[in-house]
Amino acid sequence: MTTTTPPRSAVPRLEVTGLEVAFGGLTALDGVSFAVGDGETVALIGPNGAGKTTVFNAVCALVRPRAGSVRIAGRSAPPRPTRLLAAGVARTLQGLGLFERMTVLENVLVPLSSLGGPAARRTERALAALAELGLAEAADRPAGTLPYPERKRLALARALVTEPSLLLLDEPAGGLGEADIAALAATVRAVAGAGCAVLLVEHHVDFVMDVADRVVVLDFGKVIASGEPDEVRSDPAVEEAYLGLEAAP
Amino acid sequence: MDRFVFLLSTGLARGAVLALFALSLVIVWRAARVVNFAQAAMAVVAVYAAFALTAASGSYWLGLAGGLAIGALLGAAVERGLMRRLPHLTPLPGMIVAIGLVMVLQSGLAIAFGPEHRPMRPPFSERPFVIGGVPVLSPYELFVLVTAAAVMGALALLFTRTSLGLRLRAAAFAPETSRLLGVRVPRMVTLGWTLSVATAALAALLLVPTELGLNPHAADLLFVNAFAVAVVGGLDSPLGALAAGIGVGVLSGLVTGYVSASAAPLAVLALLMVVLLLRPGGLFAPKEARRA
Repeated sequence: MTTTTPPRSAVPRLEVTGLEVAFGGLTALDGVSFAVGDGETVALIGPNGAGKTTVFNAVCALVRPRAGSVRIAGRSAPPRPTRLLAAGVARTLQGLGLFERMTVLENVLVPLSSLGGPAARRTERALAALAELGLAEAADRPAGTLPYPERKRLALARALVTEPSLLLLDEPAGGLGEADIAALAATVRAVAGAGCAVLLVEHHVDFVMDVADRVVVLDFGKVIASGEPDEVRSDPAVEEAYLGLEAAP
Repeated sequence: MDRFVFLLSTGLARGAVLALFALSLVIVWRAARVVNFAQAAMAVVAVYAAFALTAASGSYWLGLAGGLAIGALLGAAVERGLMRRLPHLTPLPGMIVAIGLVMVLQSGLAIAFGPEHRPMRPPFSERPFVIGGVPVLSPYELFVLVTAAAVMGALALLFTRTSLGLRLRAAAFAPETSRLLGVRVPRMVTLGWTLSVATAALAALLLVPTELGLNPHAADLLFVNAFAVAVVGGLDSPLGALAAGIGVGVLSGLVTGYVSASAAPLAVLALLMVVLLLRPGGLFAPKEARRA
């Protein structure tokens, strides 16, 4: 790195440098570094317990790193999760975290309501986000009554409705069937195509190979490989740590 | 029949106050997952403030407005200064601190104002209207009904139709997720306490003129009955608080009139027991949400 300020486009949307997170005596992340550029889709993979979700939590200020930095568009990441939206960051959760007793529309309105603006415009945006993901018909149903694939789409709609410039997806394909995964991949490609940086944690290898521009492999809190999907797939260290356990030859 | 109409209409007014107080318990339960056992003591502090303001200014309305403001402030102060500092892993610390707060507030009031009953004059006559030879509501009871209905309606609108209400509900249902969606959860909890205690203060303010008078324990029975109402309706359900409040108010009115006043609390407890046996979550408890 030179000391001159790089042009705007060269500053990655998300830049994680030397991230260390410890829970008591357990080092969950040990010097993790990677970056995601605008319009790029990066997949974070690794065995269970490798620290993938912890990376998300560190980016979202839900855990405090012991060392290292998280920068979003060249600036320090917000110190509180409530300020993520304003910084253009949206995230889905593994457990989805839907408001079960609210309607589908209200679920999508929550992030918009914390951003302010005229109410009619908020409803318009919410309905558009629902329509985008094929949930327009379900707008007035309580979220708790939706079948699982629709629930996952709702969680995605709630993240996309604020038009984030960095989207974090925690296991977006988990529990979905083939058709839904294909639709999800199309959505992710469209979002990235519109310039949003996408970071996703995923176990579903075919989906990862399909949508990711680059793959970062974590094992025991360290980055053991990173690169384009094909490079990573053939990396012996990755095979040993991860793919060998999962993928059939 | 005349008697029935009379008892029904006064029961309705009593029920509206109960529903309002029960609603205040529901609001704080939803916002902070605490059963606020100090609700009555805090409400009575607000009533004392209203009493003092009315005495000083001669205006009932100024007292009412001041009492509500004190109630709201007290709610915010107790949440910020006390409840927020407690561990939240179990509901027990909050309840114990609330019970301690009851003792502190009630003793404080007794030390400051003395334990005697102070008569509080209602702003309207308590002599019932007579319609076709049948005594029905008094002007004051009508005022109570209209006020309670208006406030409950306004709260319902706030929670279901406004963006602030949406954030209040989001923060109550899933605080962690809400934070990620930009909702300032601690602020919402404080606001929940503020709304809740102001509502409880209003209920106590409406009730006290119809009772013996103002003293540090003036709202204790109201709390017991309203707690029963909130549990019967389902602690999570505003609609339940309304329906059960009116139901319990009418029930205890009828029992007081046809049996005896001392039987009324027993009837309420019997109702509570039957509901807990049949529907432990309350009559209006939502169905258990499916977890994914």
